[in-house]
Amino acid sequence: MSGHESSYTPNSGFEKWLDKRLPLIRFANDTAITFPTPKNLNYWYTFGGILAICLVIQILTGIILSMHYEASVDGAFASVERIMRDVPYGWLLRYIHSNGASMFFFAVYIHMFRGLYYGSYKAPREVLWILGCVIFLLMIATAFLGYMLPWGQMSYHGANVITSLFGAIPLVGESLQTWILGGPSIGNQTLQRFFSLHYLLPFMIAAVVILHIWALHVPGNNNPTGVEVQDVEKDTVPFHPYYTIKDGFAIVLFLILFAAFVFYAPNALGHADQAIEANPLVTPAHIVPEWYMLPFYAILRAITFDLGPIPAKLLGVIFMFAAIAILFVLPWLDTSKVKSMRYRPVARQFFFGFVIVCVLLGWCGAKAPDAPVIPALQGEKILVVNYSENGQEATSEYKGDEAYHDAQRFMASLPEGASPSLAAVAPPTFQFSQLSLILTICYFGYFFMLFFIGLTEKPKELPESIHKSVLKRHKASSATAVPAE
Amino acid sequence: MKAFRILAAGLAGLSLAAIAHAEGGAAAHPHAPEDGWPFEGILGQFDMPSVQRGYQVYREVCSSCHSMKLMSYRNLGEPGGPFFDPEYPNANENPFVKALAADVEIQSPTPNDIGDYDFRPATPADQFRSPYANDNAARAANNGAAPPDLSVMVKARHGGASYVYSLLSGYPSEDAISTREVTPAVVTTAASDNGTPDDPSDDVAEVSTPAVMQTVIDMSKVHIPGHDAAEGDHGEAGVLIQPAGQYYNPFMAGDTTPQYEGDPRKSPAGGFLAMGPQLPEGRVTYNDGTEATTEQMAHDVAQFLAWASEPKQTNRKSLGLPVMIYLGILTILLWFSYKRIWRKVEH
Repeated sequence: MSGHESSYTPNSGFEKWLDKRLPLIRFANDTAITFPTPKNLNYWYTFGGILAICLVIQILTGIILSMHYEASVDGAFASVERIMRDVPYGWLLRYIHSNGASMFFFAVYIHMFRGLYYGSYKAPREVLWILGCVIFLLMIATAFLGYMLPWGQMSYHGANVITSLFGAIPLVGESLQTWILGGPSIGNQTLQRFFSLHYLLPFMIAAVVILHIWALHVPGNNNPTGVEVQDVEKDTVPFHPYYTIKDGFAIVLFLILFAAFVFYAPNALGHADQAIEANPLVTPAHIVPEWYMLPFYAILRAITFDLGPIPAKLLGVIFMFAAIAILFVLPWLDTSKVKSMRYRPVARQFFFGFVIVCVLLGWCGAKAPDAPVIPALQGEKILVVNYSENGQEATSEYKGDEAYHDAQRFMASLPEGASPSLAAVAPPTFQFSQLSLILTICYFGYFFMLFFIGLTEKPKELPESIHKSVLKRHKASSATAVPAE
Repeated sequence: MKAFRILAAGLAGLSLAAIAHAEGGAAAHPHAPEDGWPFEGILGQFDMPSVQRGYQVYREVCSSCHSMKLMSYRNLGEPGGPFFDPEYPNANENPFVKALAADVEIQSPTPNDIGDYDFRPATPADQFRSPYANDNAARAANNGAAPPDLSVMVKARHGGASYVYSLLSGYPSEDAISTREVTPAVVTTAASDNGTPDDPSDDVAEVSTPAVMQTVIDMSKVHIPGHDAAEGDHGEAGVLIQPAGQYYNPFMAGDTTPQYEGDPRKSPAGGFLAMGPQLPEGRVTYNDGTEATTEQMAHDVAQFLAWASEPKQTNRKSLGLPVMIYLGILTILLWFSYKRIWRKVEH
């Protein structure tokens, strides 16, 4: 809590001297040592610290990588491979950096879902939440810019797809796209500016992280009960050593996961096409972003219809940005006064549904839009004979085991000049584009449901205080372990 | 414990993400050699004699069309490389690597004293010789399809080394391939219109083309590992017509339907590529006496390319083990510290 009294007493002469001029040590002491933190924070709350570590790892490895990287269309691909081959431990730096991006997003998604579950976006923490959304937006931008730099096939064609989205904006779109690319198409100038911005944005993230922590320390941490701290003595413990050790433990567990990817599966989360140098003339069969962008990519592609004067492409772009923008106004969409989902029986079910929707959206983003969701349900392909009859196009369909023979017999029986052709056509089935649309509606539906659930839901009884909730739980668990004598 | 549950959920989620990553074309699934790859797994190492033989295959067969621009001859003698000699920690001094390099004549990348670019034997510091001066030359010499650079080939294909192995050893056998002569059907096409609408005879003309030779593959004789033989029971397997200058391979991404004479629902897996079968039995004579079967050569060159795509792979794995042990010990220490610090706090 910002109001908590400073317990720092300068000891040495230098500390006293400094404390009167710039109370740096006092500030560090109050924010990272004695800061009162609710005693009931669980492991989901360790991801804030994990994310700080991720940011530091990305910045440190990135600075060294940039010393060896060459931002030019002729040299970028080879320079990245040179880092992997000739720079001492360059392979380690690069794999940490590329897998680090995945780890960063993995952690940030858990951090965000945790905030959603425990209602950490509600008063008095709206600004804290919005700053977090700004960080998330900057992270997406940074990751997108960074993915361009190895100059692989997916870099080039992925960047092409995403920058062309700006072209969908009416009136200014085309000029905006040209301005972003620095020319009519992606070229050396685009790569150089992406590199420059990729170096800049992480420091902007770091700046917003400082604001994020500041905004955290004004109202103090939320906690799993969602009940605010009432008695600092009973409800909280000092951040150090209680949470430094708990966060430290979680960070090391996270680093084990991180190291498993870096050392044993460094390319598992990447795409094979990234190992092919960018070639504007050859488009990959499927253009897919990195896994952490897939849900948004699925929303972008889910919209395949025009809505009045708005073309489908623009509508997709609007929905994709709205999927992030809606997070910014979430504090005012959720009408419930109760923060934690623990005490919201209805909203809780919707929350878990929302998590599943997000994961399924990611699945949709990885698949071709016209692929069947459940291939087993598609059924056998139909043979279609296309021919012309009296100058009219006509078709004839065949199914089953004898379909091929029947079709052949039919083709042989046709008069000359019918020019028949045979094709196998997959019967219509439930496709990923349809599933994406349903899931997109569910995604946005969750936020609107929160508005109405908040008005009607009858929450469970809240604990009186953090302290009491801890005691009650403790008693309950010991009571079940040792039956009454 | 909760933290481990979260960790497990994370692992599951991330591996799902990895699996869910985009699919390729409708090609047969690449398969590893029978004994698997020695470099796979947590403690996997390259089978160096195989990598050495693979270099020989690359040098004698592949390098006549494919470049490996990211490789230098010194890489062969560096720690973890196939010709590393502990006596020569600096690969540039390794006489064997020097001899391998000198075996190849290159055009010097730097000008001589009077500004000309000499031809000279390569040194360990030189890049692998590229067979063509540039992409256009490569395309022109290969029917318009430039042979791809092989430096990172194993990383650049789904299936990795197994893909390279399956492709090189997966061409249909000779007895499935035959040629036939076809006289194209008489085609009626619109011909010159003399402008008189009531004279129908001038609107069409019969154009006949001369008979052409077609290479056809009898799919009933093609066995794709891991796939059922193509409809052998009714003798229904059709034939696949190879486009001129193209070769069918079940492991190539693509679509065979337009070239398939038979039930289009059962068009064979795979596609066509401009490279024909390159490794007939005995194509190279191995110095170590290994029998040069197609599978053996494909196996060796795939392993060589796997090494070349990621020469630091074994360093990576051997560094991984101490890192994991360190983090494991640290986890235990932090767990007990955590328990001790929190022992008096109910939470």
